[in-house]
Amino acid sequence: MLGEGILKGLGETAKNFAGSFVSKERLTTVQYPEERVAPIENTRDFPFLVYDGDDKMAGLRCVACQICEKECPPKCIYIVKSTDKKPDYVGKPQIYPARFDIDISVCMSCQICVEVCPFEAIKMDTEFELSTTDRFGGLLFDRDHLSKSNEHYHKIHPTEASEVDARLAEEKAKAEAKAKAAAEAAAAKAAAAATAPTAKPVPAKEPGA
Amino acid sequence: MSQSSQLWANPVWTNLDQIFVLLQHWVEGFFPVWLQPAVGTVLGVIAIVAAFPGIFALTTVLERKGLGRMQNRLGPNRVGPFGILQPVADGIKSLTKEDIVPLTADGVVHFLAPVVLVIAVFLGFAVLPVGRNMVLTNLDAGLLFFFAIGASTELSVFMAGWSSRNKYSLLGAMRAVAQMISYEVPLLLSSVVAVMITGSLSTVKIVEAQSGFTGIFPHWYVFTPWGFAGFVLFVIAALAETNRSPFDLPEGESELVAGYFTEYSGFKFALFFLGEYLGMFSIAGFAITLFLGGWGAPLSVLEIIPSWAWFFAKLLCAIFFFIWLRGTLPRLRQDQLMNFAWKFMLPMSLLNLLVAGAWRFLGDGWLRWIVCSAVLLLAYGLLGRVLMRHQRLGARSYRYAD
Repeated sequence: MLGEGILKGLGETAKNFAGSFVSKERLTTVQYPEERVAPIENTRDFPFLVYDGDDKMAGLRCVACQICEKECPPKCIYIVKSTDKKPDYVGKPQIYPARFDIDISVCMSCQICVEVCPFEAIKMDTEFELSTTDRFGGLLFDRDHLSKSNEHYHKIHPTEASEVDARLAEEKAKAEAKAKAAAEAAAAKAAAAATAPTAKPVPAKEPGA
Repeated sequence: MSQSSQLWANPVWTNLDQIFVLLQHWVEGFFPVWLQPAVGTVLGVIAIVAAFPGIFALTTVLERKGLGRMQNRLGPNRVGPFGILQPVADGIKSLTKEDIVPLTADGVVHFLAPVVLVIAVFLGFAVLPVGRNMVLTNLDAGLLFFFAIGASTELSVFMAGWSSRNKYSLLGAMRAVAQMISYEVPLLLSSVVAVMITGSLSTVKIVEAQSGFTGIFPHWYVFTPWGFAGFVLFVIAALAETNRSPFDLPEGESELVAGYFTEYSGFKFALFFLGEYLGMFSIAGFAITLFLGGWGAPLSVLEIIPSWAWFFAKLLCAIFFFIWLRGTLPRLRQDQLMNFAWKFMLPMSLLNLLVAGAWRFLGDGWLRWIVCSAVLLLAYGLLGRVLMRHQRLGARSYRYAD
């Protein structure tokens, strides 16, 4: 019969209309500033720089290699290399970024910087309440603003951060083992060198003898 | 009728029912006699210009809240308690927004279009009886005046679309005009039945003809076979005439941005918005006047409530029904819209004219009820079957794209 579907549809909306006053479970939306839904783990918006330990500058993983700056499609990253060096997480002296700016009004949240970074130094943040009254300065984040602790990273992306930590620990262990082996080799060499002079002078003496 | 006469004998009730009329006369009393008719008219105009935009403001927030509830949301709830001050915020926003006129637009026509729309829509209220003795002008051809004025909204729509010099505006205006002209025919024809039975084009007379009671039930035209059919047809045509969902093709966002008011911003946009809603109120008011007994009470025992309260209560119910439909029905396609107008609405409203004539000449008795109902139901069933037969509902097949 013509019009049957319309009546059925009207019944359905009437049910929803009345039901929304009766049962709170029907309401699917969240009253945002008062209520919040925790972001899902894969949420991402803008990049941040990870640091280890307590000191922002000392623990910064970034070595200012500028790969992210070159790969960034909208060119929103600006890096100035430092002239001096500081030790990285394995203790190796590395250059660090004297300036690291991201213009989040340009950033398109593509995550390419994260994918190309060989040092696990840049990751995606979940902070979204970034509105500001200053659309130029307020949206240009500097090194200090961008640096966030590894604990923050663990909090927002736990699985990913654990993987990264495991990888870094492995690398560190490898580097330490290598350093140890190198040290041992050096020690052995030194020992050999130390023993050699005692042996050497003997034949050296021989010609003189 | 005895109850009415009892009510009329009660001065408190009479004063309450006629409170606005008495107020008008009291203010008129401060002016010289030769000026009094003019003052009375100005007061009536002020009342209309204040009351209906007030209902518009209320409707915008109630519509958003109602639609929200139908979608299991809360709707606006930030400005004021429960969000009731939302229209104030919206009004301030639209007043402070920049008014942009496109560089290539026809400036004068672009400016005039919303003004013409609002004026035309307001003129329609002049013949709308909102209560006992409460009509601005009781024209002998009130209904004709309303439809003539209503048709000029098409002009403003086309002015807006043409002067914007924007393809979306023009396409939207073309759609709107095609739709409004197509549905004007069934709108008029479906209202003619009320005129045929009343024997007058005056809106006041049409309401008075429905004001009696049998037992406790009123003599509304909607409670007769031809009146019911006429009412349904009138409401469908009214929805199309005011570009309400499901007939809101002229402003289909997905294909036309915003239709004929794409290039309007700031307060001109607000005027279009206002005009559209006022058009909806006036046409709903005429549906009430023609078929739902105007300001009459739905049961004789409820006559104690003043007539104007009944009119506005009915108007709010009609608005709620429009919102309900908007929350339920998806938008029609252009060909469906036209097919529906010419293949269903027009034959049904023409048949309804004959049925109303038969009702008039079959005399009192149960025979006319059976004959008229049977004819209308049969026609409805047959037309429905014919229209549905050609619809191949199911998975869509593509000739080339597969």
